[in-house]
Amino acid sequence: MMLGLVVSMVLEAAGRWRPLANDNLHDPESPAIGVLQEPAEALSQLPPDTSGNLVNWVKALEEGKINPRTNIRPETKVRIRDTDVLMTETGEMPVVRFPHKAHTMWLDCSNCHEQYFISKVGANPINMLKILEGKYCGRCHGAVAFPLTECKRCHSVPRNKIKP
Amino acid sequence: MARFLSQLKSMHRVSRLLLWVCALMTMLPLHAEYGDVVLNRRAEKEGMPPVIYPHWFHRIRFRCKVCHFELGFEMRAGSNDVTMQDIIDGKFCGMCHNDEVAWGVENCDLCHSGRPGMKSHIYGGHQTAGPGIW
Ligand code: HEC
Ligand code: HEC
Ligand code: HEC
Ligand code: HEC
Ligand code: HEC
Ligand code: HEC
Repeated sequence: MMLGLVVSMVLEAAGRWRPLANDNLHDPESPAIGVLQEPAEALSQLPPDTSGNLVNWVKALEEGKINPRTNIRPETKVRIRDTDVLMTETGEMPVVRFPHKAHTMWLDCSNCHEQYFISKVGANPINMLKILEGKYCGRCHGAVAFPLTECKRCHSVPRNKIKP
Repeated sequence: MARFLSQLKSMHRVSRLLLWVCALMTMLPLHAEYGDVVLNRRAEKEGMPPVIYPHWFHRIRFRCKVCHFELGFEMRAGSNDVTMQDIIDGKFCGMCHNDEVAWGVENCDLCHSGRPGMKSHIYGGHQTAGPGIW
Protein backbone atom coordinates (compact mmCIF):
# COMPACT_ATOMS: atom_id res chain seq x y z
CA MET A 1 0.00 0.00 0.00
CA MET A 2 2.68 2.38 1.13
CA LEU A 3 4.81 1.46 -1.86
CA GLY A 4 1.89 2.03 -4.18
CA LEU A 5 1.48 5.48 -2.75
CA VAL A 6 5.12 6.32 -3.31
CA VAL A 7 5.04 4.98 -6.84
CA SER A 8 1.94 6.94 -7.73
CA MET A 9 3.44 10.12 -6.33
CA VAL A 10 6.62 9.62 -8.27
CA LEU A 11 4.57 9.07 -11.42
CA GLU A 12 2.59 12.19 -10.74
CA ALA A 13 5.78 14.19 -10.31
CA ALA A 14 7.04 12.68 -13.52
CA GLY A 15 4.29 14.39 -15.51
CA ARG A 16 6.27 17.00 -17.40
CA TRP A 17 8.84 19.72 -17.07
CA ARG A 18 7.07 22.88 -16.02
CA PRO A 19 7.31 25.91 -18.26
CA LEU A 20 9.27 28.63 -16.45
CA ALA A 21 6.34 31.04 -16.57
CA ASN A 22 4.29 28.88 -14.20
CA ASP A 23 6.91 27.07 -12.15
CA ASN A 24 5.96 29.11 -9.07
CA LEU A 25 9.52 30.42 -8.92
CA HIS A 26 10.07 32.70 -11.90
CA ASP A 27 8.11 35.92 -12.09
CA PRO A 28 5.86 35.40 -15.12
CA GLU A 29 6.24 39.13 -15.84
CA SER A 30 10.04 38.93 -15.91
CA PRO A 31 11.69 39.91 -19.19
CA ALA A 32 13.79 36.75 -18.74
CA ILE A 33 10.80 34.55 -19.66
CA GLY A 34 11.16 33.75 -23.33
CA VAL A 35 14.92 34.42 -23.18
CA LEU A 36 15.85 31.71 -20.67
CA GLN A 37 15.91 28.16 -21.99
CA GLU A 38 12.87 26.05 -21.08
CA PRO A 39 13.85 22.89 -19.16
CA ALA A 40 11.80 20.69 -21.50
CA GLU A 41 13.82 21.84 -24.50
CA ALA A 42 17.15 20.66 -23.06
CA LEU A 43 16.16 17.83 -20.75
CA SER A 44 13.92 15.94 -23.18
CA GLN A 45 17.04 15.29 -25.30
CA LEU A 46 18.78 13.36 -22.50
CA PRO A 47 18.40 9.72 -21.29
CA PRO A 48 15.10 9.64 -19.40
CA ASP A 49 14.46 8.82 -15.77
CA THR A 50 11.33 8.83 -13.62
CA SER A 51 12.28 11.29 -10.90
CA GLY A 52 14.28 14.42 -10.18
CA ASN A 53 15.04 16.23 -13.44
CA LEU A 54 13.60 13.17 -15.24
CA VAL A 55 17.10 12.68 -16.61
CA ASN A 56 19.49 9.84 -15.86
CA TRP A 57 22.55 12.01 -15.41
CA VAL A 58 24.93 9.08 -14.93
CA LYS A 59 23.90 7.68 -18.33
CA ALA A 60 23.95 11.08 -19.97
CA LEU A 61 27.60 11.39 -19.01
CA GLU A 62 28.57 7.78 -19.78
CA GLU A 63 26.94 7.86 -23.20
CA GLY A 64 28.60 11.15 -24.03
CA LYS A 65 25.24 12.93 -24.47
CA ILE A 66 26.74 15.71 -22.36
CA ASN A 67 30.36 16.54 -21.65
CA PRO A 68 30.37 19.11 -18.87
CA ARG A 69 33.68 20.83 -18.15
CA THR A 70 35.73 19.36 -15.30
CA ASN A 71 37.67 22.52 -14.52
CA ILE A 72 38.01 26.18 -15.42
CA ARG A 73 41.61 26.72 -14.39
CA PRO A 74 44.10 24.62 -16.35
CA GLU A 75 46.14 23.75 -13.24
CA THR A 76 43.25 22.20 -11.27
CA LYS A 77 43.76 18.48 -10.67
CA VAL A 78 40.83 16.30 -11.68
CA ARG A 79 40.66 13.31 -9.33
CA ILE A 80 38.73 10.14 -10.16
CA ARG A 81 38.37 7.03 -8.01
CA ASP A 82 37.12 3.70 -9.28
CA THR A 83 36.24 1.59 -6.24
CA ASP A 84 32.83 0.72 -4.83
CA VAL A 85 32.07 0.54 -1.12
CA LEU A 86 29.40 -1.81 0.23
CA MET A 87 27.50 -0.28 3.13
CA THR A 88 25.82 -3.06 5.02
CA GLU A 89 23.98 -1.45 7.96
CA THR A 90 20.68 -1.51 6.12
CA GLY A 91 18.41 -3.65 8.29
CA GLU A 92 16.24 -5.80 6.06
CA MET A 93 16.85 -3.61 3.01
CA PRO A 94 19.29 -4.69 0.32
CA VAL A 95 22.85 -3.51 0.95
CA VAL A 96 23.94 -0.12 -0.39
CA ARG A 97 26.61 -0.04 -3.07
CA PHE A 98 28.34 3.32 -3.06
CA PRO A 99 30.10 3.82 -6.41
CA HIS A 100 33.11 6.18 -6.26
CA LYS A 101 33.31 6.30 -10.05
CA ALA A 102 29.83 7.68 -10.67
CA HIS A 103 30.50 10.30 -8.00
CA THR A 104 34.01 11.40 -8.85
CA MET A 105 32.98 11.86 -12.49
CA TRP A 106 31.03 14.81 -11.08
CA LEU A 107 32.58 15.65 -7.74
CA ASP A 108 35.95 16.13 -6.11
CA CYS A 109 37.02 14.05 -3.10
CA SER A 110 36.89 17.15 -0.91
CA ASN A 111 33.19 17.58 -1.62
CA CYS A 112 32.64 14.54 0.60
CA HIS A 113 35.90 13.80 2.49
CA GLU A 114 36.31 14.44 5.32
CA GLN A 115 33.44 16.87 5.83
CA TYR A 116 30.46 14.54 5.18
CA PHE A 117 32.17 11.15 5.15
CA ILE A 118 35.24 9.83 6.93
CA SER A 119 37.14 7.88 4.28
CA LYS A 120 37.13 4.58 6.09
CA VAL A 121 34.72 1.73 5.50
CA GLY A 122 32.02 1.62 8.18
CA ALA A 123 33.30 4.73 9.98
CA ASN A 124 30.14 6.75 9.39
CA PRO A 125 27.09 6.25 11.63
CA ILE A 126 24.56 6.66 8.83
CA ASN A 127 20.89 5.83 8.97
CA MET A 128 17.96 6.66 6.76
CA LEU A 129 16.48 9.30 9.04
CA LYS A 130 19.70 11.30 8.97
CA ILE A 131 19.78 11.00 5.19
CA LEU A 132 16.19 12.21 4.93
CA GLU A 133 17.17 15.16 7.10
CA GLY A 134 19.73 16.18 4.50
CA LYS A 135 22.83 14.71 6.08
CA TYR A 136 25.34 12.28 4.51
CA CYS A 137 23.99 11.09 1.13
CA GLY A 138 20.97 13.38 1.64
CA ARG A 139 23.15 16.46 1.22
CA CYS A 140 22.91 15.90 -2.56
CA HIS A 141 20.31 13.17 -3.04
CA GLY A 142 16.96 14.84 -2.61
CA ALA A 143 18.41 18.24 -3.56
CA VAL A 144 20.33 18.01 -6.85
CA ALA A 145 21.19 14.33 -7.43
CA PHE A 146 18.38 11.74 -7.87
CA PRO A 147 15.91 11.85 -4.98
CA LEU A 148 15.53 9.59 -1.95
CA THR A 149 12.38 7.95 -3.27
CA GLU A 150 14.67 5.84 -5.50
CA CYS A 151 15.46 3.30 -2.75
CA LYS A 152 16.69 0.63 -5.14
CA ARG A 153 19.27 2.73 -6.88
CA CYS A 154 21.21 2.88 -3.59
CA HIS A 155 19.98 -0.33 -1.96
CA SER A 156 21.03 -2.31 -4.99
CA VAL A 157 22.75 -5.44 -3.69
CA PRO A 158 20.50 -8.23 -2.33
CA ARG A 159 21.76 -9.54 1.02
CA ASN A 160 22.12 -13.09 -0.30
CA LYS A 161 24.48 -11.84 -3.02
CA ILE A 162 27.19 -10.72 -0.62
CA LYS A 163 29.70 -13.03 0.99
CA PRO A 164 29.55 -13.19 4.79
CA MET B 1 9.49 -16.44 16.49
CA ALA B 2 12.14 -13.99 17.60
CA ARG B 3 13.29 -13.70 14.03
CA PHE B 4 9.75 -13.13 12.84
CA LEU B 5 9.33 -10.39 15.41
CA SER B 6 12.53 -8.69 14.40
CA GLN B 7 11.47 -8.90 10.78
CA LEU B 8 8.17 -7.33 11.67
CA LYS B 9 9.97 -4.60 13.53
CA SER B 10 12.20 -3.79 10.64
CA MET B 11 9.26 -3.80 8.23
CA HIS B 12 7.64 -1.35 10.53
CA ARG B 13 10.78 0.72 10.34
CA VAL B 14 10.74 0.70 6.56
CA SER B 15 7.11 1.74 6.36
CA ARG B 16 7.79 4.55 8.82
CA LEU B 17 10.54 5.72 6.52
CA LEU B 18 8.23 5.52 3.52
CA LEU B 19 5.69 7.61 5.40
CA TRP B 20 8.40 10.18 6.00
CA VAL B 21 9.20 10.30 2.32
CA CYS B 22 5.55 10.77 1.40
CA ALA B 23 5.20 13.54 3.94
CA LEU B 24 8.23 15.31 2.54
CA MET B 25 6.95 14.99 -0.96
CA THR B 26 3.53 16.43 -0.25
CA MET B 27 4.73 19.22 2.02
CA LEU B 28 6.48 21.05 -0.76
CA PRO B 29 5.13 22.22 -4.07
CA LEU B 30 6.16 19.99 -6.96
CA HIS B 31 6.57 22.92 -9.28
CA ALA B 32 10.02 24.33 -9.84
CA GLU B 33 12.56 22.31 -11.79
CA TYR B 34 14.48 19.90 -9.57
CA GLY B 35 17.56 21.55 -8.07
CA ASP B 36 16.62 25.20 -8.67
CA VAL B 37 18.05 27.48 -5.98
CA VAL B 38 16.78 30.91 -5.00
CA LEU B 39 19.43 33.34 -3.71
CA ASN B 40 17.80 36.19 -1.86
CA ARG B 41 19.87 37.14 1.15
CA ARG B 42 20.27 40.69 -0.10
CA ALA B 43 18.74 41.14 -3.53
CA GLU B 44 15.20 42.03 -2.58
CA LYS B 45 16.25 44.22 0.34
CA GLU B 46 18.28 46.15 -2.21
CA GLY B 47 15.35 46.50 -4.58
CA MET B 48 16.12 43.70 -7.04
CA PRO B 49 14.03 40.55 -7.63
CA PRO B 50 15.40 37.30 -6.12
CA VAL B 51 18.04 35.41 -8.11
CA ILE B 52 17.22 31.97 -9.53
CA TYR B 53 20.14 29.63 -10.08
CA PRO B 54 19.22 26.54 -12.18
CA HIS B 55 21.36 23.43 -11.48
CA TRP B 56 19.93 21.52 -14.45
CA PHE B 57 21.14 24.14 -16.93
CA HIS B 58 24.63 24.46 -15.49
CA ARG B 59 25.30 20.75 -14.92
CA ILE B 60 24.87 20.09 -18.63
CA ARG B 61 27.91 22.37 -19.07
CA PHE B 62 29.93 22.02 -15.85
CA ARG B 63 30.55 19.24 -13.36
CA CYS B 64 29.68 19.93 -9.77
CA LYS B 65 33.36 20.14 -8.86
CA VAL B 66 33.84 23.27 -10.95
CA CYS B 67 31.58 25.32 -8.68
CA HIS B 68 31.74 23.40 -5.44
CA PHE B 69 35.49 22.69 -5.46
CA GLU B 70 37.35 25.07 -7.80
CA LEU B 71 35.17 28.11 -7.30
CA GLY B 72 34.38 27.35 -3.68
CA PHE B 73 30.58 27.60 -3.62
CA GLU B 74 29.46 26.18 -0.28
CA MET B 75 27.03 23.26 -0.89
CA ARG B 76 24.21 24.69 1.12
CA ALA B 77 21.45 26.94 -0.16
CA GLY B 78 21.62 30.37 1.44
CA SER B 79 25.10 29.93 2.87
CA ASN B 80 27.08 31.91 0.31
CA ASP B 81 27.04 35.62 1.03
CA VAL B 82 27.15 36.98 -2.51
CA THR B 83 27.22 40.68 -3.38
CA MET B 84 27.15 42.27 -6.81
CA GLN B 85 30.58 43.73 -6.15
CA ASP B 86 31.93 40.18 -5.63
CA ILE B 87 30.41 39.13 -8.95
CA ILE B 88 31.86 42.14 -10.78
CA ASP B 89 35.22 41.33 -9.15
CA GLY B 90 35.04 37.83 -10.70
CA LYS B 91 33.95 35.83 -7.67
CA PHE B 92 30.95 33.44 -7.36
CA CYS B 93 28.76 33.70 -10.51
CA GLY B 94 31.30 36.26 -11.75
CA MET B 95 33.92 33.53 -12.29
CA CYS B 96 31.98 32.75 -15.46
CA HIS B 97 29.48 35.53 -16.03
CA ASN B 98 32.23 37.86 -17.19
CA ASP B 99 31.64 38.02 -20.96
CA GLU B 100 34.23 35.29 -21.41
CA VAL B 101 32.96 31.92 -20.14
CA ALA B 102 29.36 33.20 -20.22
CA TRP B 103 27.49 36.47 -20.77
CA GLY B 104 28.28 39.25 -18.32
CA VAL B 105 26.70 41.08 -15.40
CA GLU B 106 24.84 43.63 -17.53
CA ASN B 107 22.07 41.03 -18.05
CA CYS B 108 20.47 41.78 -14.69
CA ASP B 109 17.09 40.30 -15.62
CA LEU B 110 18.41 36.88 -16.57
CA CYS B 111 19.61 36.22 -13.01
CA HIS B 112 17.18 38.43 -11.09
CA SER B 113 14.09 36.68 -12.45
CA GLY B 114 12.33 35.42 -9.31
CA ARG B 115 8.87 36.17 -7.97
CA PRO B 116 8.86 38.68 -5.14
CA GLY B 117 9.13 37.26 -1.63
CA MET B 118 10.91 33.99 -2.43
CA LYS B 119 13.25 32.88 0.36
CA SER B 120 16.81 31.61 -0.17
CA HIS B 121 16.29 27.87 -0.46
CA ILE B 122 16.50 24.92 -2.77
CA TYR B 123 13.26 24.32 -4.64
CA GLY B 124 12.08 21.66 -7.05
CA GLY B 125 10.70 18.13 -7.01
CA HIS B 126 11.16 16.19 -3.82
CA GLN B 127 13.86 17.82 -1.81
CA THR B 128 14.82 16.80 1.67
CA ALA B 129 13.28 19.00 4.27
CA GLY B 130 13.77 17.29 7.58
CA PRO B 131 13.79 19.20 10.82
CA GLY B 132 17.53 18.62 11.21
CA ILE B 133 18.65 21.29 8.80
CA TRP B 134 15.74 23.35 7.62
C1 HEC C 1 31.21 27.63 -13.99
C2 HEC C 1 30.72 28.75 -14.73
C3 HEC C 1 29.43 29.40 -14.25
C4 HEC C 1 29.11 29.84 -13.01
C5 HEC C 1 29.95 29.81 -11.76
C6 HEC C 1 27.77 30.37 -13.10
N1 HEC C 1 27.29 30.26 -14.37
FE1 HEC C 1 25.46 30.79 -15.02
N2 HEC C 1 25.92 30.17 -16.91
C7 HEC C 1 27.15 29.69 -17.30
C8 HEC C 1 27.13 29.42 -18.73
C9 HEC C 1 28.29 28.91 -19.60
C10 HEC C 1 25.84 29.79 -19.18
C11 HEC C 1 25.33 29.73 -20.62
C12 HEC C 1 25.74 30.99 -21.30
C13 HEC C 1 25.31 31.08 -22.74
O1 HEC C 1 24.34 30.42 -23.11
O2 HEC C 1 25.96 31.85 -23.44
C14 HEC C 1 25.12 30.25 -18.00
C15 HEC C 1 23.80 30.66 -18.03
C16 HEC C 1 23.11 31.12 -16.93
C17 HEC C 1 21.71 31.50 -16.93
C18 HEC C 1 20.79 31.46 -18.12
C19 HEC C 1 20.21 30.11 -18.31
C20 HEC C 1 19.34 30.06 -19.54
O3 HEC C 1 18.23 29.53 -19.43
O4 HEC C 1 19.78 30.53 -20.61
C21 HEC C 1 21.41 31.92 -15.66
C22 HEC C 1 20.06 32.40 -15.18
C23 HEC C 1 22.59 31.80 -14.88
N3 HEC C 1 23.61 31.29 -15.66
C24 HEC C 1 22.67 32.16 -13.56
C25 HEC C 1 23.80 32.00 -12.77
C26 HEC C 1 23.89 32.40 -11.38
C27 HEC C 1 22.79 33.09 -10.60
C28 HEC C 1 25.13 32.06 -10.96
C29 HEC C 1 25.73 32.24 -9.57
C30 HEC C 1 24.93 31.82 -8.45
C31 HEC C 1 25.80 31.43 -12.08
N4 HEC C 1 24.97 31.41 -13.16
C32 HEC C 1 27.09 30.91 -12.03
C33 HEC C 1 28.23 29.45 -16.49
C34 HEC C 1 28.29 29.69 -15.13
C1 HEC D 1 21.11 7.99 -1.71
C2 HEC D 1 21.16 6.61 -1.34
C3 HEC D 1 19.98 6.00 -0.58
C4 HEC D 1 18.66 6.01 -0.92
C5 HEC D 1 18.01 6.64 -2.14
C6 HEC D 1 17.97 5.26 0.09
N1 HEC D 1 18.85 4.82 1.04
FE1 HEC D 1 18.43 3.72 2.73
N2 HEC D 1 20.37 3.82 3.32
C7 HEC D 1 21.39 4.42 2.60
C8 HEC D 1 22.63 4.30 3.37
C9 HEC D 1 23.98 4.84 2.93
C10 HEC D 1 22.31 3.64 4.56
C11 HEC D 1 23.29 3.28 5.73
C12 HEC D 1 24.11 2.08 5.37
C13 HEC D 1 25.26 1.86 6.31
O1 HEC D 1 25.54 2.72 7.16
O2 HEC D 1 25.91 0.79 6.21
C14 HEC D 1 20.88 3.33 4.51
C15 HEC D 1 20.17 2.64 5.49
C16 HEC D 1 18.84 2.27 5.39
C17 HEC D 1 18.15 1.45 6.38
C18 HEC D 1 18.73 0.89 7.67
C19 HEC D 1 19.03 2.00 8.65
C20 HEC D 1 17.77 2.63 9.16
O3 HEC D 1 17.66 3.86 9.10
O4 HEC D 1 16.86 1.92 9.58
C21 HEC D 1 16.86 1.31 5.91
C22 HEC D 1 15.73 0.55 6.59
C23 HEC D 1 16.76 2.03 4.65
N3 HEC D 1 17.98 2.59 4.37
C24 HEC D 1 15.60 2.11 3.89
C25 HEC D 1 15.48 2.89 2.75
C26 HEC D 1 14.24 3.09 2.02
C27 HEC D 1 12.91 2.47 2.39
C28 HEC D 1 14.52 3.92 0.97
C29 HEC D 1 13.56 4.50 -0.08
C30 HEC D 1 12.48 5.28 0.44
C31 HEC D 1 15.94 4.23 1.03
N4 HEC D 1 16.49 3.59 2.11
C32 HEC D 1 16.60 5.03 0.10
C33 HEC D 1 21.29 5.02 1.37
C34 HEC D 1 20.11 5.26 0.67
C1 HEC E 1 29.96 11.60 -2.99
C2 HEC E 1 30.84 11.48 -1.88
C3 HEC E 1 32.23 10.95 -2.08
C4 HEC E 1 33.21 11.39 -2.94
C5 HEC E 1 33.13 12.51 -3.96
C6 HEC E 1 34.38 10.59 -2.66
N1 HEC E 1 34.11 9.68 -1.67
FE1 HEC E 1 35.43 8.36 -0.84
N2 HEC E 1 33.91 7.56 0.30
C7 HEC E 1 32.61 8.01 0.31
C8 HEC E 1 31.81 7.11 1.12
C9 HEC E 1 30.32 7.23 1.39
C10 HEC E 1 32.67 6.11 1.60
C11 HEC E 1 32.31 4.90 2.50
C12 HEC E 1 32.39 5.29 3.94
C13 HEC E 1 31.78 4.26 4.84
O1 HEC E 1 31.82 3.06 4.52
O2 HEC E 1 31.26 4.66 5.91
C14 HEC E 1 34.00 6.43 1.07
C15 HEC E 1 35.16 5.70 1.33
C16 HEC E 1 36.42 6.06 0.91
C17 HEC E 1 37.64 5.37 1.29
C18 HEC E 1 37.75 4.15 2.21
C19 HEC E 1 37.18 2.95 1.52
C20 HEC E 1 38.01 2.50 0.36
O3 HEC E 1 37.49 2.47 -0.77
O4 HEC E 1 39.18 2.20 0.55
C21 HEC E 1 38.68 6.01 0.66
C22 HEC E 1 40.15 5.68 0.74
C23 HEC E 1 38.09 7.10 -0.14
N3 HEC E 1 36.73 7.09 0.05
C24 HEC E 1 38.80 7.95 -0.96
C25 HEC E 1 38.24 8.87 -1.84
C26 HEC E 1 39.00 9.64 -2.84
C27 HEC E 1 40.51 9.59 -3.03
C28 HEC E 1 38.09 10.40 -3.51
C29 HEC E 1 38.32 11.34 -4.69
C30 HEC E 1 39.00 10.79 -5.85
C31 HEC E 1 36.77 10.12 -2.93
N4 HEC E 1 36.91 9.17 -1.94
C32 HEC E 1 35.60 10.74 -3.33
C33 HEC E 1 32.12 9.13 -0.32
C34 HEC E 1 32.81 9.87 -1.29
C1 HEC F 1 28.17 15.60 -2.82
C2 HEC F 1 26.98 15.09 -3.45
C3 HEC F 1 26.62 13.62 -3.29
C4 HEC F 1 26.63 12.87 -2.14
C5 HEC F 1 26.99 13.33 -0.74
C6 HEC F 1 26.21 11.54 -2.51
N1 HEC F 1 25.93 11.49 -3.85
FE1 HEC F 1 25.34 9.84 -4.91
N2 HEC F 1 25.34 10.93 -6.61
C7 HEC F 1 25.63 12.28 -6.71
C8 HEC F 1 25.52 12.69 -8.09
C9 HEC F 1 25.71 14.11 -8.62
C10 HEC F 1 25.18 11.55 -8.84
C11 HEC F 1 24.93 11.46 -10.34
C12 HEC F 1 23.48 11.13 -10.62
C13 HEC F 1 22.48 12.22 -10.37
O1 HEC F 1 22.85 13.41 -10.28
O2 HEC F 1 21.28 11.91 -10.25
C14 HEC F 1 25.08 10.45 -7.88
C15 HEC F 1 24.75 9.15 -8.22
C16 HEC F 1 24.63 8.11 -7.32
C17 HEC F 1 24.29 6.74 -7.67
C18 HEC F 1 23.92 6.26 -9.05
C19 HEC F 1 25.00 5.51 -9.74
C20 HEC F 1 24.51 4.94 -11.05
O3 HEC F 1 25.31 4.21 -11.62
O4 HEC F 1 23.39 5.18 -11.50
C21 HEC F 1 24.23 6.03 -6.51
C22 HEC F 1 23.92 4.56 -6.35
C23 HEC F 1 24.54 6.95 -5.43
N3 HEC F 1 24.78 8.20 -5.96
C24 HEC F 1 24.57 6.60 -4.10
C25 HEC F 1 24.98 7.45 -3.07
C26 HEC F 1 25.09 7.04 -1.68
C27 HEC F 1 24.75 5.67 -1.15
C28 HEC F 1 25.52 8.12 -0.99
C29 HEC F 1 25.83 8.21 0.48
C30 HEC F 1 26.67 7.16 1.04
C31 HEC F 1 25.68 9.21 -1.94
N4 HEC F 1 25.33 8.76 -3.20
C32 HEC F 1 26.11 10.47 -1.63
C33 HEC F 1 25.97 13.12 -5.68
C34 HEC F 1 26.15 12.75 -4.36
C1 HEC G 1 25.10 36.14 -13.11
C2 HEC G 1 23.93 36.44 -12.34
C3 HEC G 1 23.69 37.90 -11.95
C4 HEC G 1 23.60 39.00 -12.77
C5 HEC G 1 23.76 39.03 -14.28
C6 HEC G 1 23.28 40.12 -11.92
N1 HEC G 1 23.17 39.71 -10.62
FE1 HEC G 1 22.77 40.91 -9.03
N2 HEC G 1 23.00 39.30 -7.79
C7 HEC G 1 23.29 38.02 -8.18
C8 HEC G 1 23.40 37.19 -7.01
C9 HEC G 1 23.68 35.69 -7.00
C10 HEC G 1 23.17 38.03 -5.90
C11 HEC G 1 23.11 37.62 -4.41
C12 HEC G 1 21.67 37.27 -4.12
C13 HEC G 1 21.31 37.28 -2.67
O1 HEC G 1 21.68 36.37 -1.94
O2 HEC G 1 20.58 38.21 -2.27
C14 HEC G 1 22.93 39.35 -6.44
C15 HEC G 1 22.65 40.46 -5.62
C16 HEC G 1 22.34 41.71 -6.10
C17 HEC G 1 22.00 42.85 -5.27
C18 HEC G 1 21.96 42.88 -3.75
C19 HEC G 1 23.36 42.75 -3.18
C20 HEC G 1 24.21 43.92 -3.46
O3 HEC G 1 25.38 43.70 -3.84
O4 HEC G 1 23.74 45.06 -3.31
C21 HEC G 1 21.72 43.88 -6.13
C22 HEC G 1 21.29 45.29 -5.74
C23 HEC G 1 21.91 43.41 -7.47
N3 HEC G 1 22.28 42.06 -7.44
C24 HEC G 1 21.73 44.14 -8.62
C25 HEC G 1 22.06 43.72 -9.89
C26 HEC G 1 22.01 44.59 -11.07
C27 HEC G 1 21.55 46.02 -11.08
C28 HEC G 1 22.41 43.81 -12.13
C29 HEC G 1 22.61 44.22 -13.58
C30 HEC G 1 23.52 45.34 -13.78
C31 HEC G 1 22.69 42.48 -11.62
N4 HEC G 1 22.47 42.46 -10.25
C32 HEC G 1 23.11 41.41 -12.39
C33 HEC G 1 23.43 37.56 -9.47
C34 HEC G 1 23.43 38.36 -10.59
C1 HEC H 1 27.66 26.64 -12.06
C2 HEC H 1 27.85 26.37 -10.65
C3 HEC H 1 27.31 25.12 -10.02
C4 HEC H 1 27.40 23.82 -10.47
C5 HEC H 1 28.03 23.31 -11.75
C6 HEC H 1 26.78 23.00 -9.46
N1 HEC H 1 26.31 23.78 -8.44
FE1 HEC H 1 25.44 23.14 -6.74
N2 HEC H 1 25.11 25.04 -6.14
C7 HEC H 1 25.50 26.17 -6.85
C8 HEC H 1 24.97 27.35 -6.20
C9 HEC H 1 25.16 28.77 -6.68
C10 HEC H 1 24.25 26.90 -5.06
C11 HEC H 1 23.48 27.74 -4.05
C12 HEC H 1 24.40 28.31 -3.02
C13 HEC H 1 23.73 29.27 -2.09
O1 HEC H 1 22.50 29.38 -2.09
O2 HEC H 1 24.43 29.94 -1.32
C14 HEC H 1 24.37 25.45 -5.05
C15 HEC H 1 23.83 24.63 -4.07
C16 HEC H 1 23.99 23.26 -4.04
C17 HEC H 1 23.54 22.40 -2.97
C18 HEC H 1 22.83 22.83 -1.70
C19 HEC H 1 21.38 22.53 -1.79
C20 HEC H 1 20.70 22.59 -0.46
O3 HEC H 1 19.83 21.74 -0.26
O4 HEC H 1 21.04 23.41 0.40
C21 HEC H 1 23.87 21.11 -3.31
C22 HEC H 1 23.61 19.84 -2.52
C23 HEC H 1 24.51 21.17 -4.60
N3 HEC H 1 24.58 22.48 -5.00
C24 HEC H 1 24.95 20.06 -5.28
C25 HEC H 1 25.45 20.10 -6.57
C26 HEC H 1 25.73 18.91 -7.35
C27 HEC H 1 25.54 17.49 -6.87
C28 HEC H 1 26.17 19.35 -8.55
C29 HEC H 1 26.58 18.53 -9.76
C30 HEC H 1 25.60 17.62 -10.25
C31 HEC H 1 26.20 20.81 -8.52
N4 HEC H 1 25.74 21.22 -7.30
C32 HEC H 1 26.64 21.62 -9.56
C33 HEC H 1 26.28 26.19 -7.99
C34 HEC H 1 26.62 25.08 -8.74
